[in-house]
Amino acid sequence: MFNYFANPVRFLRLTSKLQPITMFVASVTIGLGLYYGLVKSPPDYQQSETVRIMYVHVPAAWMAMFCYVAIACSSAVALIWRHMLANIIAKSTAPIGASFTFLALATGSLWGKPMWGTWWVWDARLTSVLILFFLYLGYMVLYNAFDDQSRGARAAAILSIVGVINVPIIKFSVDWWNTLHQPASVIKMDGPSIHPSMLTPLILMAVGYTALYFWLLFVRTRAELNANKVRMMSIQQVET
Amino acid sequence: MKRKHKRLLFVALGILILAAAASLILFAFKGNIIFFLSPTEITEKSKKNEISPQQRLRIGGLVEKGSLTKGVINRFKVTDLNKSIIVEFKGLLPDLFREGQGIVAEGRYNNAVFTASEVLAKHDETYMPPEVAEALKKSGKWKPTLEK
Repeated sequence: MFNYFANPVRFLRLTSKLQPITMFVASVTIGLGLYYGLVKSPPDYQQSETVRIMYVHVPAAWMAMFCYVAIACSSAVALIWRHMLANIIAKSTAPIGASFTFLALATGSLWGKPMWGTWWVWDARLTSVLILFFLYLGYMVLYNAFDDQSRGARAAAILSIVGVINVPIIKFSVDWWNTLHQPASVIKMDGPSIHPSMLTPLILMAVGYTALYFWLLFVRTRAELNANKVRMMSIQQVET
Repeated sequence: MKRKHKRLLFVALGILILAAAASLILFAFKGNIIFFLSPTEITEKSKKNEISPQQRLRIGGLVEKGSLTKGVINRFKVTDLNKSIIVEFKGLLPDLFREGQGIVAEGRYNNAVFTASEVLAKHDETYMPPEVAEALKKSGKWKPTLEK
């Protein structure tokens, strides 16, 4: 399967169709999700209107972890099967994931002040997400730290695989240790503890963020592949 | 064994060893990673003289029903439904602070009174509209942890 999609020509052909679809899905679901989340959905019984930050914050945090796992998986593929495309996907995912992580941290801080009474605490959940953000930054810096791109890609791939250990720590931090951050509301054993009227916009936003990720990923990967092509051509021109 | 199978084995083994190392480290640091102590833990530790009056620590639990007296110094009990501890706090309480609500307070524990310099409100993972909460309370299906 990897071999089939690892072909850049096939990838370009497939993504030229998927790119407008994901863009369309992202704009529709995020538009609907924001409307239902910010206008239509009811206030919370404890937090009243402030709960609306959730619709931006929670899917961003999910995507922060999702993107990191995507980087680690494609890095592993790149290390083991030596597919050039896997490295490009990992590299293109990094800034998107870092942006989602930053969004989760920023909106979380804005949510924490009115509800908890503080912008920031060093509890296990918040700290592990901050570490995730630094892992993203480290990955991007390391990737570009070498003159030889393939060496940078290799070093960054190893870093991303080592750092993947942080993802289950983030997810279960709220269960393993007592934290100020509350435990999971949606993805847990005994079903979501969130009312359907609030779960619907949350899921819409999650679908929208995922589509947004893939759209941005396709744009970035295609640009990267085309840039490679241009580089190859100019090298050929110099040689002839 | 082909070279790529070797690399696969290498990466898989690496992740396994890393996971083992991480869990050992986290297990060793368990006491440092927790954000707050429960009233039961504080009572037990102070019995064993493990808490000095100067030591800053955090207590977490529910504000006991009917225990809050507001004033220049707010006084209330924090309970984990087993032990409860009197907390004194001079300052503004957060919006979410109410009886039955989870809180985390930072301060010092001395003579069975916890003098807090900061009080943070904790909220749980349940989200619902106010009308649904009302209906649940009426029908008696309210989550007992919140109201005890």
